[in-house]
Amino acid sequence: MNKHLLSIHDVTAEDVVRILDTAESFREVGTRVIKKVPALRGRTVVNLFYESSTRTRISFELAAKRLSADVINFSTSGSSVAKGESLKDTALTLQAMGADAIVIRHASSGAPLTLTKWVRGSVLNAGDGTHEHPTQALLDLYTMRERLGRLEGLRVAIVGDVLHSRVARSLSFALVKMGAEVTLVGPPTLIPPDAPAWGVQVSYDVGAVLPKLDVCYMLRVQRERQRQQYFPSVREYARLFGLTRERVGMLPEGSLIMHPGPMNRGVEIDSDVADLPQSVIEDQVTNGIAIRMALLYLLLGGSGAEAGEAA
Amino acid sequence: MAGARLLDEAEVRRATTRIAHEILERNKGAEGVVLVGIAARGDDLARRLASEIARIEGATPPVGVLDITFYRDDIGMRAEAPEVHETRVDFDINGKTVVLVDDVLFTGRTIRAALDALVDFGRPTAIQLAVLVDRGHRELPIRADFVGKNLPTRRDEQVRVAVKELDGEDAVYVEEPRGAAGGGSER
Repeated sequence: MNKHLLSIHDVTAEDVVRILDTAESFREVGTRVIKKVPALRGRTVVNLFYESSTRTRISFELAAKRLSADVINFSTSGSSVAKGESLKDTALTLQAMGADAIVIRHASSGAPLTLTKWVRGSVLNAGDGTHEHPTQALLDLYTMRERLGRLEGLRVAIVGDVLHSRVARSLSFALVKMGAEVTLVGPPTLIPPDAPAWGVQVSYDVGAVLPKLDVCYMLRVQRERQRQQYFPSVREYARLFGLTRERVGMLPEGSLIMHPGPMNRGVEIDSDVADLPQSVIEDQVTNGIAIRMALLYLLLGGSGAEAGEAA
Repeated sequence: MAGARLLDEAEVRRATTRIAHEILERNKGAEGVVLVGIAARGDDLARRLASEIARIEGATPPVGVLDITFYRDDIGMRAEAPEVHETRVDFDINGKTVVLVDDVLFTGRTIRAALDALVDFGRPTAIQLAVLVDRGHRELPIRADFVGKNLPTRRDEQVRVAVKELDGEDAVYVEEPRGAAGGGSER
């Protein structure tokens, strides 16, 4: 495997299978009375979050702690970043303190890649701007494989604000890599113009897509990233593209409803739809810890030497 | 590559049967005895011991499988993170006598890791160790309670246990040292 995880393009289909299989073992650890193993004792993981986050930061923190690594949480408020320190100087400081892995979330696309130039440890992208969020995509793949038994040939629609969604990008790349059929659905203003080049279908009609799905993946409307008016009103958006109580009946039996969180109940998904048995949104959160444990283990569990040298 | 075969199918079967008898004798029956095999192959041997015990005693002890990867003392020393296997101990080990089962006892480091892993699942009354082959060269103060066969070996030789479930046959081989990393059956 690659030393860093910046994008889904950093992993091969075989890597994905290995990550999901390894996560399976870590799921078991999460069911024990003592949910902790000594695998990464003595390693240091830094959570460097330039953007607000609850589940991803806590998930990475729990993952590292359950592997017995030391965890340092670093957020922009209350740190020297608030005093104007640059990403480079923060990186060099963390480097000097001996961080083995840096988990970074940043509002600028490409910040994790830039970070790799300054640090010796592994860099894990926990979401950068509108670029990628690879660990979210991997935990989604895990959840789909666990529930539906396969990834190849799955019909998945990713619905909503695709344009601003790093989750949609990572998930599309990952699903296409694993042989699934992906359809992006949303208002034309929120579908990226280069989408056909991702190997996916595009549709503007939720009703036409829903009856043929194995997974309906709803995206949050990212109003904080929208710099202009992309749709007339939230109410109209909810009516045309939201997963409403009426629409959910169009989904085939046994299909899944997913959402990366945080949800805007009543906008992209009706409140009681989010709580239906076929909605696996909580599973996604639980599986996120196992996936992040697997990634930290696979990235930090080797010596980093060239293969063969230490065997 | 095959190497020299030291135990064949019949000999493996006899060794397993004898160990099953010894476990019952030592523990005065199967009451309170649980088996935990170390993946891979230790779990297959544990299941066989369980069916032997069931044949002799009429009661089948629970069988778990333990992957010790997360407890290894050499994580970070190999180029790649060691591959993980399944762990499944879906019964309570508190107050039980746990018989750890592995295919080959060599340096003792696997067993050290397994002991660490086991105590994370609870506090057994006693832990005993059953191995199909003891090949010597211990690096830690660990010994087996039940041994199928003592095999004097050179340190650089490879002892490989084959089981029907994974390898299509039951046998024990000694092989000349290989250049690359070993087959994973021993440590």
